Amino acid sequence: MGIRFILMVNKQGQTRLAQYYEYLTLEERRALEGEIVRKCLARTEQQCSFVEHRNYKIVYRRYASLFFLVGVDNDENELAILEFIHLLVETMDRHFGNVCELDIMFHLEKAHFMLEEMVMNGCIVETSKSNILTPIQLMEKA
Amino acid sequence: MAGGVSSSSIMETLFQRTLEDLIKGLRLQLIGESAFVSKAIEEIRREVKSTDPHTKSTALQKLSYLASLHFHDMSWAAFHVVEVMSSSRFSHKRIGYHAASLSFHDDTPVLLLITNQLRKDLASTNEFEVSLALECLSRISTPDLARDLTPEIFTLLSTTKIFVRKKAISVVLRVFAKYPDAVRLCFKRLVENLDSSDPQILAAVVGVFCELASQDPGSYLPLAPEFYRILVDSKNNWVLIKVLKIFAKLAPFEPRLAKRVVEPICDHMRRTGAKSLMFECIRTVISSFSEYESAVKLAVVKIRELLVDDDPNLKYLGLQALSVIAPKHLWAVLENKEVVIKWLSDEDPNIKLESLRLVMAMVSESNVVEISRVLVNYSLKSDPGFCNEILGSILCTCSRNVYEIIVDFDWYVSLLGEMSRIPHCQKGDEIENQLIDLGMRVKDVRPELLRVARGLLIDPALLGNPFLHRILAAAAWVSGEYVEFSRNPFELMEALLQPRTSLLPPSVRAVYIHSAFKVLIFCLHSYILQSESITSSFPDNLVLGVSELVLKKNMLEGSELTTCEAPSAHRSEGFNPRNQSYEDLSIKNGGDRTINHGQTSTPAFSENIFTYDSIINLINQVELALGPLTGSHDAEVFERTRHILCFIELIKGEITECLVQKGKTLESEEMKASKIIKLISDAFSEELGPVSVSAQQRVPIPEGLLLKENLDDLETICADFQVPESNLFSLGSPYYGEEVGVSSFGLQDKEESEPSNEATSLLTEHRKLHGLYYLASEKNEIVGNDYPPANEPKLQVNPNNDTEDLVKLTVQSLATNKKPNHAKTRPVVVKLDEGDLVTVTAKRPETKDDLVSGAVREVLLGSDTRTATSQSNPSDKSSSKRKGKEKINVDRSELKENLGDSEKPKHENPSSRKNKHRISGKERRHKSAGKIGEEREENGQKGMQKSSHRHARHKAPHRSDAPLNVVSQTPVIPDFLL
Repeated sequence: MGIRFILMVNKQGQTRLAQYYEYLTLEERRALEGEIVRKCLARTEQQCSFVEHRNYKIVYRRYASLFFLVGVDNDENELAILEFIHLLVETMDRHFGNVCELDIMFHLEKAHFMLEEMVMNGCIVETSKSNILTPIQLMEKA
Repeated sequence: MAGGVSSSSIMETLFQRTLEDLIKGLRLQLIGESAFVSKAIEEIRREVKSTDPHTKSTALQKLSYLASLHFHDMSWAAFHVVEVMSSSRFSHKRIGYHAASLSFHDDTPVLLLITNQLRKDLASTNEFEVSLALECLSRISTPDLARDLTPEIFTLLSTTKIFVRKKAISVVLRVFAKYPDAVRLCFKRLVENLDSSDPQILAAVVGVFCELASQDPGSYLPLAPEFYRILVDSKNNWVLIKVLKIFAKLAPFEPRLAKRVVEPICDHMRRTGAKSLMFECIRTVISSFSEYESAVKLAVVKIRELLVDDDPNLKYLGLQALSVIAPKHLWAVLENKEVVIKWLSDEDPNIKLESLRLVMAMVSESNVVEISRVLVNYSLKSDPGFCNEILGSILCTCSRNVYEIIVDFDWYVSLLGEMSRIPHCQKGDEIENQLIDLGMRVKDVRPELLRVARGLLIDPALLGNPFLHRILAAAAWVSGEYVEFSRNPFELMEALLQPRTSLLPPSVRAVYIHSAFKVLIFCLHSYILQSESITSSFPDNLVLGVSELVLKKNMLEGSELTTCEAPSAHRSEGFNPRNQSYEDLSIKNGGDRTINHGQTSTPAFSENIFTYDSIINLINQVELALGPLTGSHDAEVFERTRHILCFIELIKGEITECLVQKGKTLESEEMKASKIIKLISDAFSEELGPVSVSAQQRVPIPEGLLLKENLDDLETICADFQVPESNLFSLGSPYYGEEVGVSSFGLQDKEESEPSNEATSLLTEHRKLHGLYYLASEKNEIVGNDYPPANEPKLQVNPNNDTEDLVKLTVQSLATNKKPNHAKTRPVVVKLDEGDLVTVTAKRPETKDDLVSGAVREVLLGSDTRTATSQSNPSDKSSSKRKGKEKINVDRSELKENLGDSEKPKHENPSSRKNKHRISGKERRHKSAGKIGEEREENGQKGMQKSSHRHARHKAPHRSDAPLNVVSQTPVIPDFLL
């Protein structure tokens, strides 16, 4: 599976984007997000970005007020996931221009589209910013 | 009519809240968000039924938003999702598909309705629509959907539109998982894509193979040359990381692979600037190519770079890599031990934890004492969480393989005692287990064990800490079971009956009471033996008595029962009742318990302590302390209390009598009481041993016993028998008062002799009022908080020096790899034949994966099977030749595997194991040759048979893939390896 889920959570612990690559019920999701947010948001900048949770790992990174949390299988490469998060942020930055939490809130669909271009079935399939954004721009024009 | 409908929908559209409105609204609701949301949901419920597609889709969009971020159920809208999905406008369709992938799952009933819609969209000329359908399929595909849509996916796998093809490739993974037979159709095209020059396609297909290979690596060995080419040629780090992962999984199946792959991996490791790729190279080498000295050395150098980096992420990963490599190359950890120990005090708990694991990996027989000492001191100044991590890992490491690394058990037992006193200690259960386990397994440690238990029991402060209760239970058990090693059983009794035991939970208290019983029996028995030996005029009898006792008590060599020596020493003195204050003694002993550490020796009563008075005192003390407990609400406590009190009643009269007559009518017909005591004592001195885990399995199920699988009907049966109210039991003993009356000792408190068959509630109320009366009247009355603060940590070691200390000590004990020079020889540790070995059966989900890999094998080796089964194809010589090579090849790997198996049962290839099971009776005949190679061949044949069977079943897909002969182009592994 590789990537199991991608979450964007703000400093207050509110989920701004949630993308799961396996089906979880609402209750399971609520519990999972609660646990993860408690675990990760309490950590300081000086601590490492990897947290073991249940039987998988969470790789997270904070950009301004937003935490990007990615749940991955245990044999996934943590550093590659950090690079993936960074790529995601750069891509959104290019699209929205100086992206911020509000952009993601009000353009959730677009954020989902970018993710869908980048990750499919839990595998990272696309890592070129222009390849990711071209279809989105085409769709906007259409 | 029609006009009315359309106008209403216009109204709806005009006044409908958009998603943006909803989000803005939500942002304004600081409080009362739920009211706002439920109002919105109400609107959505109305709007979603609208006939206007725009209104409907907007409603669905809002609902998806609330479901995704505010956890609102949207399963009720499943049918509307299907409606919107089938909309002709792309922007609506998009919303529908998004909602579907968000909310549909295997059990969604409307899934049946979308097959045709998906099929239509997959065949669409608009690549975005195709993409939507693929995306959705990758999330919600069920076996049915996968089966029905496989032909469409198959077509898309070779489409010229890269944008679509890469998504089709990714979807294949999910389709295979849900419908393994799709492999037969699609696998060849998937493999074709490995040759693609397009980087996007390559990235997608390598990702898919990486996932596939993680489930059953063996099947993908024939593709190794392709992967090798990518490993050497690719410039894309993402792809390289995936390929490395694939090789890490293939390596165990083909030893010769490593030789070829190690060099390019090391090249990448040296050259790359990307930390992620470098780390993947490290991980691949240490996990799968750890026999390659030079590669491992290079990897360790790189790990070192990570360890000393300022970035906590790299630090953490470096430590993790070290712990992967530790079992095979401990030197790598030892080389970096200073750094590792330094991070033990890092501010990140995750890093500390990794570092702790590594420190524990360094523990060996020779340094376990020192490392544990320093770690325990370290734990004293750690936060509670980490403190318990430390304690847990010490306990776990030391008890591994039945205390394999422990030589000095006396030390270990006292360490356990010390750990119990650490303020944050929450490892009570584990310490409890080990204390009892050690007592049963290691005879030599029992005297020390008793000493430690005594230390814990007589410290009244410990009773207040609920985390210690389990440990105290173990200590109480030890004190009862091994009381013969005690210097002073009276003091143990004192400790077991102290008033603060009321703080214990009933289960632990029951253990205390039972142990008190054992101690009492021991004292009485010793006393009787002693008086017998005194009264007997013949020395022979004395000797007899002594040896008898020794036998009964199961004493070990050397440690003689001193109770027997005592009488001989004091024979001339006769009885000398003394008013000894045991409380004083216990306190004094409590003070110096840490001092007489090393000297365990045989317990020696310096003087005869089993005097008439002391015994009478003991009995009274027990009666006094346990009397109130006859009103206990806990069945166990109540029951045990009753036992002990009834026993006292039974023997009391005679004991007194016999004592009075002492020295006069000695010839003595054996008394009834002493017989009872002897019997019980015999029962208690029966040694308890460890029990094999599998013991119960070995008990045969009696014939004719039918066990129900399902106990549901139990409830109906039980419903008739209401569980009796607890106060039915807790009425104390109606007879108790009378019995007390019978006893000639007027020592009972008035309250106790009062008839206790009042209602329990009244009784408890009464007790609350006159609570003080119920405590023993002696010195023990000091209850409350004026005890010394529990567990005052004794920090002899300057905390700041700990780290250096540990470094120093590891330098000493690890660098100089000298043999431990122990004064003591390791005592015998009782082990059970198999029960103690934890059987590691790593069961993997085999059902589906096996189907996939079976199909994959079949496709990859497909042409070979055909030549093997039907010899009618003489033209295909090259392939049959290849087959020969292939076979040898595989045999070797199998051999290697089996070698590995003998060392590590874990590594058994699950599929081969499974194959072995599959061999039918008919084929088993051949197996007698006993050659693994042959067996393997059989497996292959069996697989073929099976596969041909399957082909027959799925004729249609088979026919459609017939024209593609990709397999014949697939390079086979031997050419590549030779």
